[in-house]
Formats: sequence, structure tokens, C-alpha cells
Amino acid sequence: MPETHQARHPVKFYQVGSFAVGNRLLDEADRTVQSDRERTNSLTSGHRACQGCGEALGARYALDAAMRATDGRMVVANATGCLEVFSTPYPESSWRIPWLHSLFGNTAAVATGIAAALKVKGREDIRVVAQAGDGGTVDIGFGCLSGMFERNDDVLFVCYDNEAYMNTGVQRSGATPPAARTATTEAVGPEPGNRFGQGKNLPLLALAHEIPYVATATVADLHDLERKVEKAMSIRGSRYLHVLVPCPLGWVAASSETIHLARLARETGLFPVFEGAHGEVTDVVKIRHKEPVEEYLRLQGRYKHLFGSGARPDIVGRIQEIADRNIARFGLVDEVPPDEQSVGKQP
Amino acid sequence: MTKPFAITLDVGSSLANHTGSWRVERPVYVDRMPPCNDGCPAGENVQRWLYHAESGAYETAWRTLVADNPFPSICGRVCYHPCETACNRGQLDEAVGIHAVERFLGDEAERRGWAFVPAGPSSGRRVLVIGSGPSGLSAAAHLSRLGHDVTIYEAAPAPGGMMRYGIPKYRLPRDVLDREIEQILRAGVHLECNRRVADVAAAKAEGGFDAVYVAIGAQLSRRAEIPAADSSRIIDALAFLAGTEAKPETAELPQLGRRVAVYGGGNTAMDAARTAQRLGATDAVIVYRRTRDRMPAHASELEDALAEGITVSWLSTITAVEPGELEIEKMALDDSGFPQPTGEYEKLGADTVILALGQESDLSPVQALGDVRVEHGSLAIDEHMMTGHAGIFAGGDVVPDERTVTVAVGHGKRAAREIDAFLRGSTYVHPSRPGLAGVDNLNTWYYSDAPRTVQPELEAVRRRSTFDEVVGGLDADNALFEARRCLSCGNCFECDNCFGVCPDNAVRKLTDVVASSAAGPGSARYYEFDYDYCKGCGICAVECPCGAIVMEPESI
Amino acid sequence: MPVQQLEGSRAVAEAVALCRPEVVCAYPISPQTHIIEAVGAMVKSGRLTPCEFVNVESEFAAMSVSIGASATGARAYTATASQGLLFMAEAVFNAAGLGLPIVMTVANRAVGAPINIWNDHSDSMALRDAGWVQLFAETNQAAVDLHLLAFRLAEELSVPVMVCMDGFILTHAFEPVELPTQEQVDWFLPRYVPRQELDPEAPITIGAMVGPEAFEEVRYLAHLRLLRALTRVPELASEFETMFGRPLGARPGSAVGGSLVTSYRTEGATTVVVALGSVLGTVKDAVDELRTEGHPIGVVGLTTYRPFPAEALHGAVEGAHRVVVVEKAFGTGGRGFVTDDVAIALRDHDVAVHTIVAGLGGRPISEESLRRVLATAITGDLPAMSFLDLDMGAVTAETRAVRPL
Ligand SMILES: Cc1cc2nc3c(=O)[nH]c(=O)nc-3n(C[C@H](O)[C@H](O)[C@H](O)COP(=O)(O)OP(=O)(O)OC[C@H]3O[C@@H](n4cnc5c(N)ncnc54)[C@H](O)[C@@H]3O)c2cc1C
Ligand SMILES: Cc1ncc(C[n+]2csc(CCOP(=O)(O)OP(=O)(O)O)c2C)c(N)n1
Ligand code: SF4
Ligand SMILES: [Mg+2]
Repeated sequence: MPETHQARHPVKFYQVGSFAVGNRLLDEADRTVQSDRERTNSLTSGHRACQGCGEALGARYALDAAMRATDGRMVVANATGCLEVFSTPYPESSWRIPWLHSLFGNTAAVATGIAAALKVKGREDIRVVAQAGDGGTVDIGFGCLSGMFERNDDVLFVCYDNEAYMNTGVQRSGATPPAARTATTEAVGPEPGNRFGQGKNLPLLALAHEIPYVATATVADLHDLERKVEKAMSIRGSRYLHVLVPCPLGWVAASSETIHLARLARETGLFPVFEGAHGEVTDVVKIRHKEPVEEYLRLQGRYKHLFGSGARPDIVGRIQEIADRNIARFGLVDEVPPDEQSVGKQP
Repeated sequence: MTKPFAITLDVGSSLANHTGSWRVERPVYVDRMPPCNDGCPAGENVQRWLYHAESGAYETAWRTLVADNPFPSICGRVCYHPCETACNRGQLDEAVGIHAVERFLGDEAERRGWAFVPAGPSSGRRVLVIGSGPSGLSAAAHLSRLGHDVTIYEAAPAPGGMMRYGIPKYRLPRDVLDREIEQILRAGVHLECNRRVADVAAAKAEGGFDAVYVAIGAQLSRRAEIPAADSSRIIDALAFLAGTEAKPETAELPQLGRRVAVYGGGNTAMDAARTAQRLGATDAVIVYRRTRDRMPAHASELEDALAEGITVSWLSTITAVEPGELEIEKMALDDSGFPQPTGEYEKLGADTVILALGQESDLSPVQALGDVRVEHGSLAIDEHMMTGHAGIFAGGDVVPDERTVTVAVGHGKRAAREIDAFLRGSTYVHPSRPGLAGVDNLNTWYYSDAPRTVQPELEAVRRRSTFDEVVGGLDADNALFEARRCLSCGNCFECDNCFGVCPDNAVRKLTDVVASSAAGPGSARYYEFDYDYCKGCGICAVECPCGAIVMEPESI
Repeated sequence: MPVQQLEGSRAVAEAVALCRPEVVCAYPISPQTHIIEAVGAMVKSGRLTPCEFVNVESEFAAMSVSIGASATGARAYTATASQGLLFMAEAVFNAAGLGLPIVMTVANRAVGAPINIWNDHSDSMALRDAGWVQLFAETNQAAVDLHLLAFRLAEELSVPVMVCMDGFILTHAFEPVELPTQEQVDWFLPRYVPRQELDPEAPITIGAMVGPEAFEEVRYLAHLRLLRALTRVPELASEFETMFGRPLGARPGSAVGGSLVTSYRTEGATTVVVALGSVLGTVKDAVDELRTEGHPIGVVGLTTYRPFPAEALHGAVEGAHRVVVVEKAFGTGGRGFVTDDVAIALRDHDVAVHTIVAGLGGRPISEESLRRVLATAITGDLPAMSFLDLDMGAVTAETRAVRPL
């Protein structure tokens, strides 16, 4: 029986339990890296990401945590994509860490090269993080990534999944969900939006490579995300972290809703948050308050065609089926709701 | 070595790019009115003292609390806590047990020997307070803090008003009462007991007082005309309770008999019945004209009484008191909810009837003042708590309002401010009240689910026979836990969410030094926005758990 | 320095090893395989250490690994050919753009379709303007020497260098080769001090996005940097000669070598043949014959092709009024790539420039055919562009069948 998420995170009896960023009442050790006034701010102010960019947030979350875990000894390779473009337009860089951008599809290999160089120099104390959008990960970058996994190179690869090619103007990627409107899957015709396919679940593909650590996370659960980064950095070999980062522009949602949407993606079951190692799923984060997919879809203009006049409840139903399947497959809902389990554990 | 031109950049150089110019809305920190504070008749800043209690800073919490209400131990026991009715947490799981933490803080003051700060520099003005009930004592405490020389005249042999002669010990132990009164007196208030004021104007003139606060309560029991063979079998609840206070616990028993009927449906009726049972009555029945949902007694008071084995005869009026039994007429509610006689009668075995039909004020001391106004037996006051007579203020049970300890305490506080202004020749200006923090302003996701702490209670058997306190207090651990259940509605509690969730690092977390100096009472600032970089996405406002950030349109 | 009879690939592998690369990453493709197999074995056996040999899943990854390694301050080496070079093309440009001193051997091979594993120059010619220095080896000795020079040059200028050697003709040929000692190489090639490096102690952002406001300047600066090679290559060649006691690229026992261009029997020549790579040997033989017949003809070999040594070429063909470029690649629908460069270099002179396309897809270039065609040049009968030993029968049959004219 894998150690469950719940067992590790008993509901803490604080106003904000383990969900908020900080809280003065928590021990320093239990606060997030983000709550630290001295956090690295790996990606600092002045970047040109859109208002409410989930990718900017996710990158700072992940890299700051990695910086803490490595005590500042870290270098980063970055794929082409929004993250790269908004952070490094000449003459200004928003990075505060050693950072290299090469190409769209080669980031995993570049990272391998960095790791090889560090190894040969006897500087394996310096750790390597590679990062890319979903396009740079699941599509054009997949060959290099799979090679990196197969060799088990000592790199943490982080995918910031905003579910489309945002940088080029919101085109479909292999990670675009069914029915979502993108510029190449318009909301027209009998099957509006992206097609219902079998999906390309990169976390599971990563797991199939039997690498020592695979995890998914969202920008809505910082504690979970940081714990995973920290865990990843404690392991040698290839590690993969897939972070859901809502994109207000591409998802046609309010800029203030970024975290809320990420939370709903998890609470609906559409984005299962789990961990695995060596081919096995080892842990899942249970849904706390289960929500119907409609709650999530309605907030996003990319699903607008499913509602209002010409509504497509049939398609919403199919999306719900996907969520339900995830819930069953990953065991995302406990028989006893997680919050109730802890009742009686009062001090 | 020079870096390659343009393709290699200096880290952090984007700080030159002030993205704040993109903004169309700006986030602003606000303090909203937490519903508990809003609902507290004593005007306590509940959220604020809970905030201190959460970190275990109990003394700061206590001091914050007593700045508004000098009776935490008392109110933590007897207040009907409208704060908890209003508490937003009640819509998530259960309201925060505010009263329990309040009580803990008051009791902790005793254990730790915390004392009120002695009165400030003297104003040279003298104020007379008539009556040492909660309202008089509260006014006295606040007036003396404001530097005035306060004297209380109290008719009874001991101070406390209905807190001593009404509310029974099993709900309010007398050592607790004495201790909190003592705090006030020690801080510099003069008390003269056994001194009934017959004429307010005369007393004022005689003592050379500059202002008077009339807090004489409502000491007279209402009577009902019931035909009775032996009128000594009919006693008045207030006298009964006051007598219990004055005499040894079992002294009344012989007169009381074994079967006691209490007539009335208010809190006094509940206490009378429970006290009678403690004095040895085997049958204690409450006779009430209407139905449970119309009963004026607080629901919890009724529940406590029922839990102790007291029964209620609903829709009943006593039409005659006969030896050993009562004649009861059954009632029915009409469309307007008023009880109407049905003509059906029944008998109820009872040795004694205690009348608990409400209280009235004895307004004789003010009658000489010609210019005061009386409304439905209460003393009318204006918005400055002043009677029709300049310099004579009134509050508590004697004025038309809810009759509770906390309301009386609140009147005392407000009156003190008004009297202070009056003495200074100005008028008191109420600080503006911020908008209410409703549950819709909160992002409740962030609060972990934590059920309310249950206070220990005495077992029912012991409750029936002793005057020991029924409800126990919290210990330091569960008081901390309970305090931490507070959602801090509308007021920043330093969760760091805004600091963490901003994709543009546009929130600065201030250093402790800055935070404490920037923090005015109730309006602490631990963060500030860096408008050079804030793009106005609004994530911080949406993700603020307690609704302490609003987005305001940018003036362009 | 002992002279050994070595396979070209082996000799290059030994030379690369002597240069102490720290990260070697390559993907197999004929005719480069023997080189990386040999280097791989040296790393695996511990002979070449410290060195990381990374087996990757594609040439794109191989160049990308090299980019990462080089940016982290490691001396990086890779090798490829043909399809492989094109498969990594995007990263080839990227390495140059980032100014990373990667050294790559290209075992020249034709580019498909039709797939063909044999030698010609269409692969490296396709990437001649990717921002790399391109050096062409005439012999295996030159291949060895050019690798030493390549690392030194690359790291001094912060530009990547491609050493091109003809697939099979050189890579698989056994020739006497003189290998320098490790001590000599260590003298000639100091430790790699990167111009910039990913270093947590001194973080920088490498690979920014550059817009119209600075892109032209970035490119111009890259151009200037590459042009520096035209000065440094001869300087390094003479340093090489001092150190190793023989000219760069000279066969054991020979005193003939060169760095930018090599001249052969050009004294008084009115016709000069320009070529690059191993074909120069055959060209020289043909020229010897023609000289014997009394024709004033000479040969100029291009060792450095990018940056193009226009001035050196100009000097080398002084006095000639006809230049014949023998090329192992050409732009379909256009001309010979080298021809274009030569024509531009000599545009202010009264020189006729001809192209002979030869040896495509491994077609043998016989001395006899060459001599015959060059003879027509001398008589003034050579067309501007011609194809050596073209089977006109096959061509006519096809053109008729496909689209009757
Ligand atoms: C049995 C009972 C139970 C109650 N339980 C609760 C409860 O659980 N919670 C709650 O909030 N409220 C309760 N109340 C109501 C609460 O006690 C009163 O609302 C509150 O005490 C009113 O305070 P006060 O200061 O206005 O008047 P009082 O408490 O009545 O005090 C008035 C004081 O003035 C003195 N006085 C009167 N006339 C003169 C005079 N002429 N000269 C000098 N002194 C004079 C009196 O002796 C008395 O001490 C209860 C009341 C009763 C009767
Ligand atoms: C080889 C190559 N193909 C296409 C592009 C154009 N391109 C740049 S970024 C991008 C999409 C990036 O999508 P993703 O990786 O999901 O990152 P995002 O911008 O969404 O964060 C594309 C198609 C490119 N730069 N390189
Ligand atoms: S949660 Fe706290 S701040 Fe909010 S109403 Fe309840 S006690 Fe007051
Ligand atoms: Mg994307």
C-alpha cells in the first residue's frame, strides 16, 4: 500500500491548514518556499507574460523550490515557447538563475549535455532542470525527452502544460483537451473544437520509461508542487514533473481565475494529480470537494460553444466521462471524504 | 570577459521594464467588518483578539478584548454570543466558539495575574454612575480609562446587578464575577454599596458630579393576577433567585415544596426552574402560553433546562392556584401567533408557583428630573445616550433595547465615550464602519476543515444537585485550536497568499519592523503592492482567503 | 612522431582523443560510424578520460547535447554525415548563433533522396552558411591536423568548426599518418576557457530573443568573428608548423601543406583548377600529366571554405585567366556553390570561371576523365558548367519518356 497523501498531510488545525502559501502560525519548515521573503524569484518582475499567466507563476514556483532544494546550485535549460519569449526579450532578462535557451524541441538533450558537462567536471552537485511548454514536451520535444528518460540522465524535466501552443497564437497541441477551441481546432462543424482522441498522457508515458520519479501538479496547490520538486531534487536520474498552468489568453478566461481554474481541473478529476516511480503510480492527491466538469468548462471561453444557444450537453457529458474515468482509474475520490477522516484528531 | 552582444543578458535586467503601466485595475488592501465584530453588542474586535490568540499571544488577545469589554470571563459564560450566530464559519461547518475562547482568555488573566492598566492622567472631571450592574461597571471602567474620576452608587450590598442577583452560580461562579469587578475597581473606580439613589439630580448636585450615568436596570418583577387560595405559594422569580444568592443554598427548600411550577418563558424562567431543582425540587415544570419556537428564552437555555430533566407545559396559562395543584387552561395560537384561550382545562400538581413574567424598571429616582422621557416603562435616550436632561445619560436594561449583559456592557462603553465628549464640550464621532465581510468575500478553499471544539460539561446527575458550574472551560491547547478556526473575515492574517500567488512578484512582504509600525489597531499591513510591476490580473484578490484585497479601477 | 598506417576514421578518432574532448555525443551514420565507435571505445576503456560519451536517439539530440555541454564549459565534439547533418540542421545553426566552440567531423556523403551512402559534398555544402568554420581535409593527415586546429580555433574565436573529410575515400582509407604526442597537443591546445558559461556562481541568461532592433548587429558581429578565422588560421598553421616540425596538413615526408588555400604548380599557370577535399590528389595527378604535356596549369586547394578565403585565393590564382572549379555538389537549378564563391572573389579580374561537377553520390573521378575535360578547358572548349562522365544516354531516355520535348 503506498503511503497516502492524506496520511502525510493530516488536516492541520490552522485557519489555513496546508493550503495557503504561508501563514505566520506554521513552523518555518512547514511554510512554502514562496512564503519566504528571501525566495530566489528565479523569474523576477518585469517579464512580459500576460496578466495572470499561469506559466510564469508555475515556473517561479517550481524553480524557486528547486533552488532551495539545491541550495542555489542549479542551471536551467528552457525550450522555445511563451515562457522563453516573455522572459528574455533583448535587452531584458527576467531570470535570476543560470539559464539557456536553445531550441523548441531539443531541451531535454541540451539538459543532458549540461548534465554530462557537469559530470565530467566533477560538479554533480550542480543540478540541471529543463523546462518546456506542453508543445515543447509532448510534441516536438518528445523524441529528445524520451531519449533522456531512456538514458536516465540526471535531469528534472518540468512541463508547463497550458494545453496548447500559446506562443504562436493558441494552436492545438498533443495536450489540448477534447472539444477545446484553438486556432487550429475551431469551434465549428458537428464536432466543434479539438477532437476526442485517446489523449497523450505524458506523465504516464514518462512512467512507462521506468524513470525514478514522475509527478503531476498544478499551480493551485503550492505545497504539493513544492514537495514534489523537492522530492524530485533528492533523486538522481531522470525525473519528470508535469504542471498544469492555466492560460487566461488561450483558455479565454478572466486573468484572476488562473489558480481557481487549476484547482477546478483537479477537483473535477480532469487533471489527476499523482506521483509515480519506476513504472508504478505510487500516490494520488484526492479530490477534496468534487465538482462537475461543467463548473470548470463554463469559466472558459474555449468551451463557450458547449453552452448557451446551440449548447452541446452531449459533449459536456463526454468530458464528464473522461473525468469520471480518471477518478476511477486513479482512485481520486475516497470512500470517506478526506476531511472527515481527520475528525477526532484534535489536539 | 564581455558577454556576447544581445543574445546573452544580465540576470534580473527585466526590472527595468515597469509592467505596472499595463494595469487597468489595481489591487488595494482593505479591512472589512467581520460579522462577529459587527454582531457584538459590546463592540468587541473579535477577529482581532482571536488573531492574537491564534499565535498564543493570550495576553495581547486579552488586552485587545478588555479594551472593549472588561468582562471576558463573565461574557464568555453568559453572553448569548450573537457573534457566533453571525460567524461566517457557521456556513462552512460550525461557527467559531468565540465565547469559549473569550472565557479562556478571561480565566487565563486570573491564572496569570494580568491587570488592567491603571487609569490615565486625571481630567479633573467627576462622573456618577448609578447602579453597578454590567452597564454601570462597563461605563465606569471606560470612563476611568479616559481619565475621569468615577464613583458608583449601588443600592445592593454587593456589586454586579443581575449578574449577581439574577444569573445563578452554576452559570456564573461568583469568584469569577468578583474577580472581574475587582479588576475595574482596582484600576481606580470608587464603589459605594448599600447606597440607593432616590433622586438623581440631588445625588449629582450633592456629590458635585459633572455627569451621571443611570444604569439601574430593571429590578421589578411583573405580576399576574391569579386567583390563589394561599398567596404565599406564589413567589417572584427575581426575589427567589436573589434570595438564593443571599442565603445558604438549601434555605428556601421548606417553603418551596417538592413540586415547583415556573410561570413564564424567558431566561429567568429557565434559571428559576433549574435553581429550584438544585434546591431539591423533584418536579420542576415550566408553564408557558405559547409554543417552543415563540419562546423568548434563548434556545440554549431551554435545551440546558430540558437536559436537566425540567419539563415544559406548552400552550398553558395558570388560571388558579389551588392547594397542591394548579388549574391550567390550554391555549391555541391564532393567525397572528397570539395565544387564545380554548376553554379546555387541566390540573397540574404543584406546591409552589414561581412567577417569571418579565422585569420592569423602577424609574422613581429620575422622576424629579421633569425633562426625562419615559417609553413603555423605559428611559428614553437620544443617539448620544443622553436622557432629556443634559448631562444625565442612561443605558443597560433601563433603556429600551435588548436586555442582556453584553448589550448593557456595550451601552456602558458608548455612554463613556459620549460622556467623555460631553465633558470636553464636543460630540463623539463614530469611526466609519467598513463594509461587512460576507462569506462571498472569502475564498474558503484555503481553510482546512476543522470541527468546533466541544466544551466539557458536568454530567446531568451532578448538575441537578449542585451549583457547580455546568460548562467547563477550554484548556490552552483547545483554546488555541478554536481560535485558529477563525477565518479572519475581511482582515489580513498573514497567510502570504498574495505574496505567493502573484505571477509578477508585485507583492512585497514587509519586514517585521515595518509591519508592526505600519499596523494601526485593527488595520495591520504586512504586505504592500509594488505598482511598478503589478499588472492588475486580480489573482491576489481572488485567492485572498479572507477578502482583504479589492480591485479598484485604475484612473487612466 | 611515429608514422602509422591507419584507417582515416581511426586517425581522426586518435586526433580527437588527443584533444581531450570532455563530452562526445554522436549518432551513427555511414560513413562516420568508425570515428565515433573508436572514440566511444576509448572512453569506455578509460583511455580517454575524463570524458562523457553520450549515446543519443538522433543527430538533433547529438548536436543539442553538444550545445548544452559546450555552454556549460565542456569541450564538446560530435560527428555526423549527410542525412544526419540535415537532421540536426536547426541545432547546427543554433550552436553557431550561440557562439559555442563545438567541433564536428562531417564524413561527407550525398544527401537523399535517392538515399546514397557514398561520398560527395552536398551535406556540408547545404550548411555552408550556418555560421560554422568549414575546413576540408585533402588527406587523412590533413584530417588529423585540422582537428587539432579546429579545437584551438573554435575556442579562441567562440565559433563552432566543422572538419569535412570525404566519406569512405578518407574515412575508410588506410594511409600513413603521423600522430602527434599528447604532450605536443597539450602545448598546442590549451585548456578550454569558455567565453561564457552556465555557472550558478555567476548566472547569466544565454539565448535571448532578439528583435529587429539588434538582430542585424548580432549577425554582423558573428560575421566579423567568423572572418577573424582568415587571420587566425594561417597564424595557427605556422604555430603548428613550429611545434610539430611540418606544415599543417602535409603528408608524412612532404613539405606541402596549407591552411587557407594550398597551391600546387601554379607558377606561370594560366589555367588553375580549384577543388576541395580528397579529389585534390586526382586533380594534381591530372595536372602533372598536363604540365608534362607543356600546359601552364596549376591547382589551388581550398582548406578553409568558410569563411571563404577570397584574398588568399586571389593571390593563389594570380596570373591565371581561367579557373576551373571541380565540385562534388551543386545547386540543382543553379550553379556550383564553390564556383559562386570563386566567381565573386575574382569578379574584379579578367578570369573565366568554369564548373565541373564531379563525383556525385560516390561516382569515381578518374584522372583520365579529369585530364580530358581539363584539356578542353585549356583549348577554350569547356562550357561554363559541365558534369563529369555524365551518362547522356540515360538522361536522354528519361527526358524523352517523362516529357517528350
Ligand atoms: C435570572 C436572569 C438571568 C439572566 N441571564 C442572562 C444571561 O445569561 N445572559 C445575559 O446576557 N443576560 C442575562 N440576563 C439579563 C442581564 O442580567 C441584564 O440584562 C443585565 O444585568 C442588565 O444590566 P444593567 O447594568 O443594565 O442592570 P442590572 O444588572 O440590573 O444592574 C442594575 C444595578 O443597579 C442597582 N440599582 C437599581 N436602582 C438603583 C438605585 N436607585 N440606586 C442605586 N443602585 C440602584 C441595582 O441594585 C443593580 O445592581 C439575565 C437576567 C436575569 C434576571
Ligand atoms: C522547430 C520549431 N517549430 C515551430 C516553432 C514555432 N513555435 C514557437 S513556440 C511554439 C509553441 C509553443 O507551445 P508550448 O510548447 O506549448 O509552449 P507555450 O508557448 O504554450 O507556453 C511554436 C509552435 C519553433 N520555434 N520551432
Ligand atoms: S470566522 Fe473569525 S473573523 Fe470571521 S466571523 Fe467568525 S470569528 Fe469573525
Ligand atoms: Mg503550451
